[in-house]
Amino acid sequence: MKFTEEHEWLRVEGDEVVVGITAHAAEQLGDVVFIELPDEGTTVSKDDEIVVIESVKAASDILAPLDGEITEVNEALVEEPGKVNDDPEGESWFFKMKIEDMSALDDLMDEAAYKKFIG
Amino acid sequence: MSDLKRTPLYDLHVALSAKMVPFAGYEMPVQYPMGVMKEHLHCRAAAGLFDVSHMGQVILRADDPETAKAALERLIPQDVLGLGEGRQRYGFFTNDAGGIEDDLMFANRGDHLFVVVNAACKEADVARMRAALEPEVTVKLLENRALLALQGPKAEAVLADLHPQVADMRFMDVATVPLAGAECWVSRSGYTGEDGYEISVPLAAAKDLAQVLLAHPDVEPIGLGARDSLRLEAGLCLYGHDIDAATSPVEGGLTWAIQKVRRAGGDREGGFPGAGRILNEMTGGAARRRVGLQPAGRAPMRDGTPLFASAEDDTPIGSVTSGGFGPTVGAPVAMGYVDAALAKTGTALFGEVRGKRLPVAVAKLPFVAAGFKR
Repeated sequence: MKFTEEHEWLRVEGDEVVVGITAHAAEQLGDVVFIELPDEGTTVSKDDEIVVIESVKAASDILAPLDGEITEVNEALVEEPGKVNDDPEGESWFFKMKIEDMSALDDLMDEAAYKKFIG
Repeated sequence: MSDLKRTPLYDLHVALSAKMVPFAGYEMPVQYPMGVMKEHLHCRAAAGLFDVSHMGQVILRADDPETAKAALERLIPQDVLGLGEGRQRYGFFTNDAGGIEDDLMFANRGDHLFVVVNAACKEADVARMRAALEPEVTVKLLENRALLALQGPKAEAVLADLHPQVADMRFMDVATVPLAGAECWVSRSGYTGEDGYEISVPLAAAKDLAQVLLAHPDVEPIGLGARDSLRLEAGLCLYGHDIDAATSPVEGGLTWAIQKVRRAGGDREGGFPGAGRILNEMTGGAARRRVGLQPAGRAPMRDGTPLFASAEDDTPIGSVTSGGFGPTVGAPVAMGYVDAALAKTGTALFGEVRGKRLPVAVAKLPFVAAGFKR
């Protein structure tokens, strides 16, 4: 898995990347109560605000980690936002995307670097 | 957070792994490891313990207790003289423009009045009372007592284990009760919509009392996060959000707290700041009203969300003053102010969230029925 400074994880599956938020981020957010996902087929640029996530405390955005196209979103999270807190790094992925330049993944943190990043 | 004050339970909060945040000049627990949602649900199902020691506890005393009561009536539109010994009332300080400077609880404790005010307003409230009431009444802000709240359907059983007298108290009764070896001032009231107690305890005994209560299997510590969602579902105002110096008690839907004797035609009509506007509005109505708001979708509508009469109108007809997710309701809930003509329950409105107009309906308050022991 790769990690961003925005507390997203990315897992490569074939020619796609699966994206979610880290357990650390989920814990910081608190109980998630609302999620708005992008439309499948949307072309996104790195740092576009593409997911709205609201917890009992506040609203925050999730940014596109890289340039690419959204191929699939996890509709189950819209129905049950609390799943994000239950299994943030497994079942509760947010979206899958096709990355224009797979080598851009090399610039992201690995798990050891992310652990250091969150201290 | 070095310039922030700490309550006597600070070490206990840290030991319980609370997440501490600055609030009204204090370092306060916003949540414990259980999390806001589960804390909220636990309080509605069993019992929750809240540290509210940041709030201001004030004693008003005069040679003749009737003097202190009459004097307080000059600052608030409530019936203080008619409040029986051992009883408490909700009230609010008003200003000359008819707005609300703070809300408060006041209790007749025999030879004195006991007043509890909001943490963020306590210095201003004490200054206001000193200016208006001294020297005939002494105004003393207590620095030697903590304040705990035990709330929820199991609160009575839990506290009665410490002293059976509390089970005989009714909603808004106050009594002096020995708890954990200390003289506590107990009221049957709270800020959650649940049955429960608020307990003023000497500083030295505060931690002991909290630990005795937390040792009970039905009791969990509850942070400010769940305190806010509990009071929102209960339709209770948060000062500075749902009521403030520019909102009148009529706009705020708080006329139930102005007793008949202080209203137009009453024996002690008026005689409080802003009485002209407030009594006028009580007969003629106010231009806007505080209402409950039930968003149709799942997106919370938070404080500041503008409200519109239609999906197209350019001019807002009001705004949200408190909003979030209601764990017991299982959906977003909010309250706010709307034009009086649009305040009827069921009125379809729109809230603008992230540039989108989302449907929201005017809803009856409270969202969750109160569990008071009347």
